Amino acid sequence: MLGEGILKGMAETAKNFFGSYFSADRLTTVEYPEQRIAPYEAARVFPFLVYDGADWEAGMRCVACQICEKECPPKCIYIEKSTDKKPDFVGKPQFYPARFDIDISVCMSCQICVEVCPFEAIKMDTEFELSTDNRFGGLLLDRKQLAKPNEYYHQIHPTEASAVDARLAADKAKAEARVKNAAAAKTAAIAGEGA
Amino acid sequence: MIDTCDQIFVLLQHWLVSFLPASWQTGAGVLLSVAAIICVFPALFAVAVWLERKGLGRIQNRLGPNRVGPFGLFQPIADGIKSLTKEDIVPSSADAVVHFLAPLLLVVTVFMGFAVLPMGRNMVLVDLDAGLLFYFAMGASTELAVFMAGWSSRNKYSLLGAMRAVAQMISYEVPLLMSSVAVVMIAGSLSLTKIVEAQNHYTWGFPHWYIFTPWGFAGFLMYAIATTAETNRSPFDLPEGESELVAGYHTEYSGFKFALFFLAEYVEMFSISGLGTTLFLGGWSAPFSFLTWVPSWFWFFSKLMLSIYVFIWMRGTLPRLRQDQLMNFAWKFVLPMCLINLLAAGLWRFMGEGWLRWVVCSAILMITYAGMGLAEMRRQRLGPRSYRYAE
Repeated sequence: MLGEGILKGMAETAKNFFGSYFSADRLTTVEYPEQRIAPYEAARVFPFLVYDGADWEAGMRCVACQICEKECPPKCIYIEKSTDKKPDFVGKPQFYPARFDIDISVCMSCQICVEVCPFEAIKMDTEFELSTDNRFGGLLLDRKQLAKPNEYYHQIHPTEASAVDARLAADKAKAEARVKNAAAAKTAAIAGEGA
Repeated sequence: MIDTCDQIFVLLQHWLVSFLPASWQTGAGVLLSVAAIICVFPALFAVAVWLERKGLGRIQNRLGPNRVGPFGLFQPIADGIKSLTKEDIVPSSADAVVHFLAPLLLVVTVFMGFAVLPMGRNMVLVDLDAGLLFYFAMGASTELAVFMAGWSSRNKYSLLGAMRAVAQMISYEVPLLMSSVAVVMIAGSLSLTKIVEAQNHYTWGFPHWYIFTPWGFAGFLMYAIATTAETNRSPFDLPEGESELVAGYHTEYSGFKFALFFLAEYVEMFSISGLGTTLFLGGWSAPFSFLTWVPSWFWFFSKLMLSIYVFIWMRGTLPRLRQDQLMNFAWKFVLPMCLINLLAAGLWRFMGEGWLRWVVCSAILMITYAGMGLAEMRRQRLGPRSYRYAE
């Protein structure tokens, strides 16, 4: 019968209309500023720099190797290498970034910087409420703004952060063992010479 | 007391006018009524926009506007302020005079229709003997405004939208008139107040509205289809189909001129629903005889809002038609139905009281509807469409 489909459709929309007042799973809207959904663990927005310990300058993992700067497709990273060196997490003296800027108005959140970093120093953040009233200075983040503690990394990406920590601990243990072995070999050599 | 309530606006007008010298009273009374119409319907427009956005939201399982004020109630005010403060852009190649006049003409003609609508007992601005004729004359001139807007914009989308609008509005003007003619045949008058009076009787508590007769029901359906097309509402919103034509004939309008188009669209919806109410739903008469103590204007406006709700409901349900479907529907289905309906109304008039006319009229209309529906559906070929492109 002509018009049957229209009546069916009207019944369907009426069901939706009244249903949305009674059933909560119909109305899936999250009223954002008041209600929030916790970000997913795999969520990524813009990169940040990880530091260990309490002091962000001393504990920064970045060694200013500039791989991320070279790999960045939209060229949003700017790094100036330091002239002096500071010890890294295993105690080896390394350069550090005297300047590390990321222009998040240019960044496209591709995560390539994170993939290429050999020092686990740059990671993706989940913070997305970054609007400012200054579109030039406000969106150009310097190293102080980018530096976030390892605890924060654990908080936003727990699984990934634990894996990273385990790898770093293994590296550190290996380095220490190497130092110890070297020292042992040295003492053995001295002892041998002595004998 | 009941009478005072019913006539409160009429009495208020008389009271206000009584402060003036006698020679000014008639003119002042008319001005006052005009001012009331010009205030009430835009206010209703604001409410309707809010209702529409909320209703569509709920139909799509969304919340709809809820940021400005409680339940988003101040959203229309925010929209109004926005459209007033926006830049009014006139394209450099546009025909500036016509471009300026089009929204004005549209709003004026749309508001003119209210002059003859009885919105309550004794609440009609001018009780014309040929009120229905006047109404349709005014309704038809909106097409001119729409085409002016599309033509003067010098934009292909605007022009396409306007062409579609004119084609559609003229096609549906015919069934619109034909479905109303049935009412005129039975009521024996073109005066809208007389048409309401003719329906304002009760048998066993039920009213003699024309929608409760076979020819009235069919006529009302045809009228509803035609009005939806006349007001460019979904599913007949081809003239402003935003997915194809940006916004159709008002693509090049911004700021308050755009707001005027928007206003005119809704006000036209009100006025045409008001006319439908008057013709088929008994105008300001109460739905049951025991409810006649409720003020007549309340019934008029509740019926009007009910029609608006159906408009919104249809918009939330039906997809847009294609141009050929639209035209086929108008000329091959709605118009023949209207003609058969005229025959049914004639039979109804001359067969006298009794059950026989119910059976005969219903049978004629049902058989026509079913037969034409079947023919129409058999003709439609479903399947993959083949496209032909211009070389």
